[in-house]
Amino acid sequence: MDLLIPEIGIIFWMIISFSIAFFILAKYAWKPIVNALKERDTSIAEAIKDAEKARLEVSRLQTESEKILSQAKDESDKIIQEARDFKESVLSEANELAKKQTHKMIEEARKAIINERTAALYEIKKQVSELSVAISEKILMQELKDPDKQQKLIEKSLSEMKFN
Amino acid sequence: MYRWTYRIVVIFFGFFLLVNFELFANTEEDHTEQVAGDQTAGHNPEEQGEEEFDPGDFIFDHIKDSHEWHITEINHKPVSIPLPVILYSKTKGLNVFMSGRFEHGHATYRGFRLETSGENKGKITDEDGTMPLDLSITKNVAAMFFSMILLFLIFISAARIYKKNPVSKPKGIQSLIEPVVLFVRDDIAKSSIGPKYERFLPYLLTVFFFILINNLLGLIPIPPAGANLTGNIAVTFVLAAFTLFVTNFSGNRNYWTHIFNTPGVPFWLKLPLPIMPILEAIGIFTKPFVLMVRLFANISAGHIIALGFFSIIFIFAKMSSSMAYGISVISVLFNVFMVFVELLVAFIQAYVFTFLSALYIGMAVEEHNHGHD
Repeated sequence: MDLLIPEIGIIFWMIISFSIAFFILAKYAWKPIVNALKERDTSIAEAIKDAEKARLEVSRLQTESEKILSQAKDESDKIIQEARDFKESVLSEANELAKKQTHKMIEEARKAIINERTAALYEIKKQVSELSVAISEKILMQELKDPDKQQKLIEKSLSEMKFN
Repeated sequence: MYRWTYRIVVIFFGFFLLVNFELFANTEEDHTEQVAGDQTAGHNPEEQGEEEFDPGDFIFDHIKDSHEWHITEINHKPVSIPLPVILYSKTKGLNVFMSGRFEHGHATYRGFRLETSGENKGKITDEDGTMPLDLSITKNVAAMFFSMILLFLIFISAARIYKKNPVSKPKGIQSLIEPVVLFVRDDIAKSSIGPKYERFLPYLLTVFFFILINNLLGLIPIPPAGANLTGNIAVTFVLAAFTLFVTNFSGNRNYWTHIFNTPGVPFWLKLPLPIMPILEAIGIFTKPFVLMVRLFANISAGHIIALGFFSIIFIFAKMSSSMAYGISVISVLFNVFMVFVELLVAFIQAYVFTFLSALYIGMAVEEHNHGHD
């Protein structure tokens, strides 16, 4: 039965050595170990947090660059569009101007032609009338030698003239 | 992988050979001691060879403490390490000498005698019949010192690596202790004490590793290991007493209110007869008492079972030697199985003691408001 009765000697040594073990281990073993484990835990937690932050930053930068890229694309599209519009407007304007110019020139040419024709016609008419006067003179000179003939011609001319 | 499995198997079989060896030696010693006892009693030396093998004595001689550290026996002469004897008695004062002076109980030294039989077997008595105060470095005390040295070596060297490189990944001895330290921290201390766990972590770690290392050393049958330290009630008594003190010294107002004026209990259980306070006050002591008995009983039982299996060999040897050879195979196989179970028990008991200590501390420091819920 003395298995169940604690011996005073062992109790004595156990109290002393366990206390010593506790203080030595607490000071030289548990403190550094527990602190190191805690430090590692926090450093890991921080690393994870940092990584998360970096990931967010990267995705933010990515969206931003995408935004900038699309903006640039829009802008270039706009510029190209504008240039195209401008080209078209310039072209059409030039066309218009050319057309107008041509029109004007044609018009002027036509006017000149008309004028020339009028002048030519006038000249022709003048020459014709002069020639006809001269011819008429000559004919008259011939014809009017005979007073009969003169009379007749006059009469005939008169009748003809009515139709003109 | 294969190489390690091989090594472990070799180590285990090595253990069993040693267990066998030691136990054979033990029985022989038992035998010679009885022979010696018989000689003093004047028996015929011829009859001594037929001395009965007593498994009870055989087992309890191993389980109990001793003043010398028995190693083996050569030609019926015990080979053992003598240990320091420290005695104090009112009449003779302080006496310090080595236990070798007793010559295994055959000699008397300075009027002290090492009893080899009777109710004081294994104890030192004064010639005048009184019992001196025995503060000797016995087998268990020596084993305790050895385990402390081992603890210091392991953990202080690990702590040095931690100090040097706190954030790097664990290597060497760190990988051995870190999972266990983290287990004690997260699954024992943090889960049962709560936010204040850090103050109690050093105590819980010390208790856990002290019990664990001594449980494991108890499984190794060669000195300086092999003492039944955690199966000694004085050791478990001191451990439980520490838990009792830590619990009650850190107990807050809620804890003491709960004991002396338990909330939610009808008043006639408190006045005029303080039934509940008395029960609660008994509870303060029953909790560590249970801790003490559980550890002691579990570890002692493991040793008793292992020794019981070996005793079977010698009991059968009395009938016939061929039977003893046959039964020894079975006995050793059972012991192999038992050592695996005991390895598990070593961890479980260290865990249970620490976990329950943490639970009791947690109950003492818990902040709860009975009035408001």
